[in-house]
Amino acid sequence: MSTAGADSDDMPLFAASRKVYPQSVSGPFRRAKWAILFLCLGIYYLLPFLRWDRGPHLPNQAVLADIANGRFYFFFIEIWPQEVYYFTGLLIIASFALFLMNALAGRVWCGYLCPQTVWTDLFLAVERFFEGDRRERMRLDEAPWSFGKLWRKVAKHAVWLVIAWWTGGAWVLYFADAPTLVRELATFTAPLSAYVWIAILTFTTYTLAGIMREQVCKFMCPWPRIQAALTDDEALNVTYRYDRGEPRVSVKQGLKLKAQGAPAGDCIDCYQCVAVCPVGIDIRDGAQLDCIQCGLCIDACDTVMAKVDRPKQLIAYDTEINVKRRMAGLKAIYRPFRARTAIYAALIVVVGGAMLWQLATRRTADISVLHERAPLFVTLSDGSIRNAYTVRLLNKRPEIRPFALTVDGLPGIRIEAVGVVQTADVRPVVAVDPDSSREVRVLVTVPAGVPLEASQAITITASDLFAGETVHAADHFMAPGAKL
Amino acid sequence: MDQRHDAPHIDPHTGIATTGHEWDGIRELNTPLPRWWLGIFYASILWSIGYWVVYPAWPLLTDTTRGVIGYASRADISADMAQLKAQRAVQAAGMADATPAQIKADPTLFQIAMAQGKAAFGDNCAACHGVGGAGAKGYPNLNDDDWLWGGSLDAIQQTITHGIRVAGNDETRVSQMPAFGRDGMLKRDEINAVANHVRELAGLSTEPKANLALGRKLFADNCAACHGEAGKGNAEMGAPNLTDAISLYGMDMASLTETITNSRNGVMPAWGGRLDATTIKALTVYVHSLGGGQ
Repeated sequence: MSTAGADSDDMPLFAASRKVYPQSVSGPFRRAKWAILFLCLGIYYLLPFLRWDRGPHLPNQAVLADIANGRFYFFFIEIWPQEVYYFTGLLIIASFALFLMNALAGRVWCGYLCPQTVWTDLFLAVERFFEGDRRERMRLDEAPWSFGKLWRKVAKHAVWLVIAWWTGGAWVLYFADAPTLVRELATFTAPLSAYVWIAILTFTTYTLAGIMREQVCKFMCPWPRIQAALTDDEALNVTYRYDRGEPRVSVKQGLKLKAQGAPAGDCIDCYQCVAVCPVGIDIRDGAQLDCIQCGLCIDACDTVMAKVDRPKQLIAYDTEINVKRRMAGLKAIYRPFRARTAIYAALIVVVGGAMLWQLATRRTADISVLHERAPLFVTLSDGSIRNAYTVRLLNKRPEIRPFALTVDGLPGIRIEAVGVVQTADVRPVVAVDPDSSREVRVLVTVPAGVPLEASQAITITASDLFAGETVHAADHFMAPGAKL
Repeated sequence: MDQRHDAPHIDPHTGIATTGHEWDGIRELNTPLPRWWLGIFYASILWSIGYWVVYPAWPLLTDTTRGVIGYASRADISADMAQLKAQRAVQAAGMADATPAQIKADPTLFQIAMAQGKAAFGDNCAACHGVGGAGAKGYPNLNDDDWLWGGSLDAIQQTITHGIRVAGNDETRVSQMPAFGRDGMLKRDEINAVANHVRELAGLSTEPKANLALGRKLFADNCAACHGEAGKGNAEMGAPNLTDAISLYGMDMASLTETITNSRNGVMPAWGGRLDATTIKALTVYVHSLGGGQ
């Protein structure tokens, strides 16, 4: 056995990650990221407090997942538990939107919109506020413990924990009346589950955004792997244009080489793109799985290029195809309209359209009928046959609604409901409370002498006496049939 | 010999000490149990001793050791039941003072009574009357509108509370149809004539050779006092209507002959002593609402 083989067997499978110290940077991408951060976090933290008037019987919180009562409210939309397929539709649209973004400009989601990126950005800003920029932070971490180091670290973690606590606090507000819950939380009278959820989300936010940061994207998130399988050559990516950048030489050396007529690239090897990178990679190594494509290296490189008086966009949103084409002396091509972008867009329109149509035409009442099985039918003393049913009426409107019940399908058939008043024309009227459902026992009778099979179809109809909305349910009427 | 104890034999292939046992050149490696395993093992033993002291554990001849905290799973269940009863008392607070008619008129109480009644019916009544009160031969169907002892809320409550033909219950439902054949009050051909007359009253076919005139006379003499001249029955006396489309024991000749010869006189327990008043009210409302309530 050779010693080399033994060495490779003993190679550790684990390598400790090196801490990343991203440097601050300014430029259009950084500004866009700040804007998105404020917008997304603003919506997340404040949306529960937005009010939406739904009348006296329903909660007036614009966005509320009322688990206890089984309702989800989103502005003018109210979802019942049996309508959760709307969420399936939303998830499908979200998936295709992600695919479309990816087909157009790579990992837009990762770089700008993903909560992991947004919260990590915020936590980095806090870290920078207390511990200074890249070099100061590196120096601080290497320095021995002192009072200055201690208070900076403690303050940073304290602010992190407060942000993390607010993140969990905002989360639970989506599940109960926000102002009430805030008051309860402040006076320690909120339900235990609220505190538990806040604790869970405080822990995850603090750990993921403060401690783990880019490790989440590199090792935990499945999207980079899926994205790599979904992408194509024509999707724009944050690209180092090595056609322009190579070979890398210093400014002085570059001038000398150019004077001699030797090739000299625009990249001055200043490592600014590496310093600002939040995942700690070198973009000049080419497209890679760890790159979240946040564009901060573009800002960093453009700043440097402006200083050395060279054209910007040495790092830019570009494709590998175009780098190759420029090297071959061809014109760059961009094709945002391709088969896959068209298909993704069309699917988003189709699914979104179907959901909107369904939402616009959905009923605000519903009826379901369950035939009583014991007994299937009963003979009354005058020989007429009666079947019993459990009828459930749904009222999705915020007001009380009276539904008149009628039955069709057989001569002389009549309907009554147990414990319910009847109208003058002998229709039982079931009043259903606002935004709720009511179950009634319904008796359907066919007089003696009507020829009956063992089973025949009937229809039970509920009509809203005021609004006129009518819903039907088909069921069966059972009888002794031909056997007797 | 001594050497073996002082310096244990080391297995050359694994570098692990052996136990010193040897069988035909095969030695046993000394691989003791892992320390963590032993730790858990001893901790479990200590735990079990503590458990014996705290909880009921050891069976004795007639009893078991009780444990110092006096735990018993039966006490747990009793506590759960007491909690359930307290909860029900709150939910059904209004039912204790209300009559069945008042319960039926109040939507909230009605809903509670229906739920409670359904559960109590399943526990106590369904064995004979069937799930949903569908009944069977000899056990009335509670969904129809034919009542032996009356189908009003009060009548149903009375029947459930005191039962039917319960010995020793003063208020029980009681009526006694004679066993005309067994007791020799009517002869075989007379019974046949009465059975045919009953079928005639119900609008059913009669046997070609039936002596309907005799049947009519015997019915008037023996049966009409309770069942009425026209056989319409009397709920006051628990005498069924013989002319409607519902019969408890069958209207074919064989069943009628059996009924007249031996009588039926079915029984039902008095639930007043077994169920509390609120449960009986809930049962009353539930049975009344099955479809036949008057």
